Amino acid sequence: MFVAWRDLRFAKGRFALMGAVVVLITLLVGLLSGLTAGLARDNTVAITSLPADRLAFAPPPDGQDVSFTNSTVGESAWRDWAKQPGVRSAEPIGIRTVNGSAGDRTVAVAAFGVGPAAKIAPESGKLGPGRVVLSAKAADELNTGVGDTVRLGPLDEKVAAVEGDAMYSHQPVVWTSLDDWQKLGHSGTSKAEQATVIALTGHAGADYAAGDRVAGTRSVPLADSLSALASYQAENGSLQLMRGFLFAISALVVGAFFTVWTIQRSGDIAVLKALGASTPYLLKDALGQAVAMLSVGTLLGTGIATLAGALIGRTVPFVLESATLLVPALVMITLGITGAALSIRRITAVDPLTALGSAR
Amino acid sequence: MTLAMTDVTLTYPDGDQPRLTALDTVSLEVAAGRLVAVVGPSGSGKSSLLAVAATLVTPDAGKVVVDGTETAGLSPAEKAELRRERIGIVFQQPNLLPSLTAAEQLQVMAHLSGRRPRETRSRALDLLDAVGLAGKADRRPHQLSGGQRQRINIARALMNEPAVMLVDEPTSALDHERGAAVLDLLGGLARERGVATVLVTHDRSHLKAAHAILTMTDGILTP
Ligand SMILES: Nc1ncnc2c1ncn2[C@@H]1O[C@H](COP(=O)(O)OP(=O)(O)OP(=O)(O)O)[C@@H](O)[C@H]1O
Ligand SMILES: [Mg+2]
Repeated sequence: MFVAWRDLRFAKGRFALMGAVVVLITLLVGLLSGLTAGLARDNTVAITSLPADRLAFAPPPDGQDVSFTNSTVGESAWRDWAKQPGVRSAEPIGIRTVNGSAGDRTVAVAAFGVGPAAKIAPESGKLGPGRVVLSAKAADELNTGVGDTVRLGPLDEKVAAVEGDAMYSHQPVVWTSLDDWQKLGHSGTSKAEQATVIALTGHAGADYAAGDRVAGTRSVPLADSLSALASYQAENGSLQLMRGFLFAISALVVGAFFTVWTIQRSGDIAVLKALGASTPYLLKDALGQAVAMLSVGTLLGTGIATLAGALIGRTVPFVLESATLLVPALVMITLGITGAALSIRRITAVDPLTALGSAR
Repeated sequence: MTLAMTDVTLTYPDGDQPRLTALDTVSLEVAAGRLVAVVGPSGSGKSSLLAVAATLVTPDAGKVVVDGTETAGLSPAEKAELRRERIGIVFQQPNLLPSLTAAEQLQVMAHLSGRRPRETRSRALDLLDAVGLAGKADRRPHQLSGGQRQRINIARALMNEPAVMLVDEPTSALDHERGAAVLDLLGGLARERGVATVLVTHDRSHLKAAHAILTMTDGILTP
């Protein structure tokens, strides 16, 4: 990197400008990644952390996918599931958005109704008629603690425990007994026991297709069930698209910069070749320069994103983890190097003969 | 012979015309420490001669031996190695790298052949001294005059102790007096260091330093 280092210092302005672009794009990607992960967490963590292998939904109408909003399963369904060979447990979960209020505060919460014996809710042993478990966020937003009373829809419930960070569709989760959850329903719903989905655990090789036929449900693996959350699909899809575009833009911008830079240097490259520089020497030199600029820019951008994430993390859903920060940084560097390598490749085509005579 | 070219013919494609013959069975021998000047009109093939000797172009026919190495059949990497280790090229334009200081212009040559810059600075300073640029080692090209740049161009060609030096109209960018000074310097250095030198010029007025003067006309070299 004899020449490359000196070029970096000599053409400070140009490289600083390009470096600043890399810093800004990395910062943006870092913030977006943290935010995407944060929003996804607030949207889905109550589902993804369920102790279940699969979720069984009510079968959707033809041509549609399963959906939490449109799913209602009856008691017979989870009884049928529990009898299926290979299925260890089949626990109903009722999910419904209701207003929770305590004192002068009213907050939309996701009421998760579960069987107290099911061990799905944290501190599930403390659930019961008139007793609920609040997620930390719910307790915080309602400004209540253990022993206080909260009003959930038409019911007054006592807070038996505050535990966990479950969120569903950006609403904090309140765990209730399935019996209480039935009463949260809109008037006119049937009297029979109902739930939204059934959480299934089973042994390897359990025949879920047979279970679905018997119970009249449609079961999907837990991870796939996120697609049944309409809000998550739309939100996550558009954020990932933005991230993808940022990656593509950065690769293109870096590639364009090094293309112009390499063309500008082609006279110098011809001279170096005529003086006896091998092509690998020149490629290494130029690629080293790209790696140096990208690494410094990405490092700075990631550093700033980390700081910003730590600052806004309390008010905005933001996941500050190595995965959300380092992975985009690595992708940035990799894509940038790819872009640079493609443009630096033209070094091989420079003819040293052009350095001779007065052609330049 | 340090540089020996025997019956070298070089043609270029020339549109739909028959190929253009730039060098027509040219033979040339230069011994160590000798300076041979090649003069001739524009377009006569002088630069082509140097390009062949510098392994930058492969001739259609003939044999080129540089410091005992026959150039035919060398791979591009081997040719590059031959250029950096055995051949010094002095360009018509100084062709300095804008980001390097005067000393670094020389040190880059040593770096190309794998030596560490720290170990080569004193040699670079000695050479700069020899071309009259003591004290200018840390200037960049834009802080130097045309004549000073041309001297760096010469010193750079000498950095790796070449056996052969190929010089293409080194004075075309300089005025009469400075041109004469550069040529004197070149002749002196070639003799002192035992370098076989081919000097191309179309200016006959400064050839006192040359041991032999050859004339190139339409690709044919005559004494
Ligand atoms: N790359 C090339 N392709 C085709 N023709 C070429 C090429 N290089 C040189 N020529 C032709 O070969 C002939 C010799 O060119 P060359 O550059 O060797 O002349 P020269 O004696 O160095 O001229 P000058 O004094 O103007 O530098 C010219 O007719 C030129 O047009
Ligand atoms: Mg010429």
